[in-house]
Order: sequence, then structure tokens, then C-alpha cells
Amino acid sequence: MKKFWAWGALAIGLLYFILPLMGMTNFSLKMRRGVYSLDAYAVVLGDPRFQETFTYSVVMALFTILFGVLLVVPTAYWVRLKLPALRPYIEFVTLLPLVIPAIVIVFGYIRLYNTSSWLPLTGSITGTNILLMFGYATLALPYMYRAVDTGLRSIDIATLTEAAQSLGAGWTTILFRIILPNVLVAVLSGAFLTFAIVIGEFTMAALLNRPAFGPYMQLLGANRAYEPAALAVIAFAITWGCLGLIQLVSRFQKGTQSPV
Amino acid sequence: MSFLTLSSIQKSFGPVQVVKDFNMSIEKGEFVSFLGPSGCGKTTVLRMIAGFETPSGGAIAIDGKSQMNLRPNQRNIGMVFQAYALFPNMNVAENVAFGLKVAGRPKAEIDARVKEMLGLIKLDHLADRYPYQMSGGQQQRVALARALAPKPQVLLLDEPLSALDAKIRVSLREEIRMIQQQLGITTVFVTHDQEEALSISDRIVVMNAGKADQIGTPAEIYNRPATRFVAGFVGTLNLIEAKVVDPAANRVSIGDQGVTLREPLGTVKAGDMVSLALRPEAGSIAPDAKGDTALSGAVVSTNFLGSVIRTRMKVGDSIISFDMFNSPGLVPPAVGETVTLRFTAGDLLVISD
Repeated sequence: MKKFWAWGALAIGLLYFILPLMGMTNFSLKMRRGVYSLDAYAVVLGDPRFQETFTYSVVMALFTILFGVLLVVPTAYWVRLKLPALRPYIEFVTLLPLVIPAIVIVFGYIRLYNTSSWLPLTGSITGTNILLMFGYATLALPYMYRAVDTGLRSIDIATLTEAAQSLGAGWTTILFRIILPNVLVAVLSGAFLTFAIVIGEFTMAALLNRPAFGPYMQLLGANRAYEPAALAVIAFAITWGCLGLIQLVSRFQKGTQSPV
Repeated sequence: MSFLTLSSIQKSFGPVQVVKDFNMSIEKGEFVSFLGPSGCGKTTVLRMIAGFETPSGGAIAIDGKSQMNLRPNQRNIGMVFQAYALFPNMNVAENVAFGLKVAGRPKAEIDARVKEMLGLIKLDHLADRYPYQMSGGQQQRVALARALAPKPQVLLLDEPLSALDAKIRVSLREEIRMIQQQLGITTVFVTHDQEEALSISDRIVVMNAGKADQIGTPAEIYNRPATRFVAGFVGTLNLIEAKVVDPAANRVSIGDQGVTLREPLGTVKAGDMVSLALRPEAGSIAPDAKGDTALSGAVVSTNFLGSVIRTRMKVGDSIISFDMFNSPGLVPPAVGETVTLRFTAGDLLVISD
């Protein structure tokens, strides 16, 4: 009887998630009257604004990942190694982006870094892009920090650090040749989640007026019928592709198996 | 002149002083073991030599050069850890080469040294393996090769055998000793296993509550324990309370039986109590033995331990254990039977606190 309810709950859950997806995908294929076609996808993919905004978001995602890795890996490593008592506080700080809405963060940025401020980042395109990257990194922080912290938990960083030190290695060598390669899968997991977040993010990009993929989706949704559905399917495929890649790279991690 | 000198080393963690005025001089090429129970401070001393802990007081010098202001990566000290600590992302050859690469050695030199080290530990055929593909014993041998590759001044071994099974432990400790002698490297070995320390060391430091209770050769530590702690910690030992009868003649009584000791009793007077130590293997059953070097008592129990049979007898208020080598024809004494144990005057040691 218990199994019946378990399977029932699973079936309802799957229907809840899959039915809207099926409906949306079905709708996205009906641009041409009476037949299924990929016309909506062709229109979306052929739109120069799609290519422009998608490229912009991909580049921003790559910079955000790089910045996130350089910020989070040394921080999480140092906290675990030298400041373990601070871990709960650091975890709390990294969780804040989940409870503080993106709009609050971006208004804070605009207020702090506007053209009449001491650091007028919004006064130039490069400055605004940097500000947006910081915003994306903030939004991705809970995921990136957790992923890296979990990776660090799986290795004995204290002993590995001491072993490397006794062999003459300095902090940079330890971080980039010992620690980072051993948490690479965790870092990649965080990176793919960051990528998915950046690709779909709307609020920050819209309010900072940058040509990102999120505002483009919103714009398309407000003016077209079939194309937004096609775009949503594409965005969904990108997200799932990222999750699939996380699974894939996890399989190739070296050194996680138990000793013989 | 000693090679590694530890002078009045102290270490406190908050209000707790874990190492108290530790002094030690180690000669070049010597193999010294720090032996003691958990929490006695032996690993802390080792970590201070390595530079992972900063002493609260005192000085550390290697070859006359102070190490106090040097970071761990500047000390040229090799270290082997209990948990192996091989880098999981590198194969065996890369692990062994790590220290040499960090030092910026030429590739040809690194390749030659890696080959030499893998030959030394007889694992040349596993150069491409990753740590997770190897057994614990193999990993620890690689860790040893990795620590030795950059030709360190001193090798530190922090309970390197503790995580291994008994058989591997014995063979690896012999291998470690052989390699150490072959290279002539000054080595400090931390262990809580007395058999390990006794079997491979030139000298042993028995540590208790943050200080060295006794420093000596394995034979000195085992045969002439300086303190009650050393006597109790190293080997099995009977601790017997005896009453001083005649201090001038070194004569004491155990229960109602008198014995004469070889070593002087020191500043005690008649009627004082002293602690005596007697190793179980020192005595033997001799029905006809009498006089100052024999004790009689009723057998309390006998235990079969394989190569020996350990018998416990009651003498006065003390229980004394003694061992008999097992042989097919040996009939151990029965419980309740009165037996006489014979020993030499030198076997009974006076123990100070």
C-alpha cells in the first residue's frame, strides 16, 4: 500500500512538471497552421538579437564563473583550513542572495555606483558590465560556495596542505596545483549552475540596461506568440544540458574511489 | 655537534601546556623515536620541528641554523603522515616529482630522481598508478619516496604505520629502517607502538604529559626504565610494593619474604615503601630455589598466549606475572598450586616516580 502512494506521488509530481513542458513544446511547434514545424525555432535562432544577447550572456557567464572560482575557492579553502569557527557565519552570508531579492541588490548597486558616486561604474559600458558580473556572482554565490565547500569536505585539505608545504610549496602552488584540481568537479558543478543562472537572469540585466538573454526573452514574450515558447524550450534545454554536464564530469573525477 | 637540536621547547594551546621544557639533541643519521600515549605531546613536538606549529618558547636548530623564523616550506624537512596524504590528482611519479618541480629542478634531474626513488621503494612498475588504485602499504611507501625525493635534511614520520594492518606494518617498518640506514638521513619517528619504537630506533624518547620521561637506547629503555611511567608503558611489567628492611644492605620485604636488591635503595629508611619492577620474562620456576632471589606464592591464573604461557602468582599483597616459553611437553602450574619464582638480584629494579 505504501508503495502505491509513493508511486502515485511520483506520478503526480511528474505530471505537474512534465505536462506544462509538453504543452509549451507542443505550442512552440505549431507556428505553421495545421502542421508541426520548427518555424518558431528558426525565427528565434535567426534573430540577430537572439545571437547578440545569447553571446553577451554566455561571455558574462564565463567571466562570472572565473570571478566566482577565484573568489570562492580560496575563501572556502581558507575558512576550512584556518578559520573553521567562522564557517557558520560565512555560510549565512553566502545564503543571503537567496533571501534578498535581486531587485534590492541591483538598486543598491545603482545607488552606490551611479555616475555621481565615488566609484561611477554605471557611467561606462565596461563598468556596468563589471557591476553586472558582480551581481551575477552574488546570485550564484549560494550554489558556487556550497558546491566548492562540499568538494573540500571530501578531501583532507589540512594534511594535503601540510604535505605540500613540507615539499616546499607556497600558498599559490598549493591552491592551484593541489586544492583546485582536487575540487574541480565541485567547481564545475558550481560553474554550470552559475551558467544556468546567468543565462536566465532578467532583473539585474534589465535594470542595468545590458543586452542580456533574460531581457530578450521577456521582450519576445511581450510581443510574440510562438517564439517565446520556443525560446523557453531552448533556455530549458540549456539548463538541463548544464545539469547533464555536471553528471558527466562527476563520472570522470579521479581519486575519489576507495583504496584497493 | 648534534645535527637537530631542540632546546627548552614549550607549547601551549590556550591555558593547556602540551609540551613542557623539551630538550633533545639528535645526531646526523640517527633514528630517534618519540614514544608515548595519545596526548603526550609527541606529535606536537614533531609538528614544531616541521614548522606547522610555532613553539611558545625555546629554540629549534638544524645543523646549527635556527629554524624558528622559517616557514614549513623553507625548512627542507621531509614528512610522512599517518593518512599518507598523497595528492589524489597526481599519479605516483607526479607525486614523487612534486617537491623537485616546486624546487625548479631540471626535467632530466627530476626524471632520474623519481626513477631512483621508485626503485628504492620497489614500486617502479606502479609509476602511472593513482593513489586510489593502490593499497595502504603501497601508498605509504610512495609517501616515503615523495618525502625523500628532494633530499631533505631531516625526515619526520608521524605514525606512518598506524593505519596499516599488522603484517604490512612489520614489513614496512623494516623497509623504512633499511632505507633510512641506506641514505643515512636523520629521522624522527612518532609512534605509540612500543614494539615499533624498540625494533627500529637508535634511541627512544619516552614522552609523558608533555615532557621526556626518559631518553635512551631501546635496551636502556626496556631494561632500565627510569620512571614508573616508562616502566609501565614499555613492555609488560610487574610493579611490586616492597617495605625497606635494611637500606644499607639494599634489603626489602615483599609480603613476609625478604629479598636483596643489587641497586642501591637511595635515601630511604627502614619501614619506607618502595616500588620494584620485575619483567615477566625475567623469572623462571625453580622448585628448589631459596634465599634472596626467590619468591614463593600461590598461582592465581595461567593464560596461554601462544609462544609463552603467562602465570600470575600472589606474593603478599602483590600479584606477580611471569612467562614460561611454550613447548609441547610443558605442563603449566595449576591454579592454587604454590610455586617458587627465581630471578637474579639485578632483575628487580627500584622505580622512582
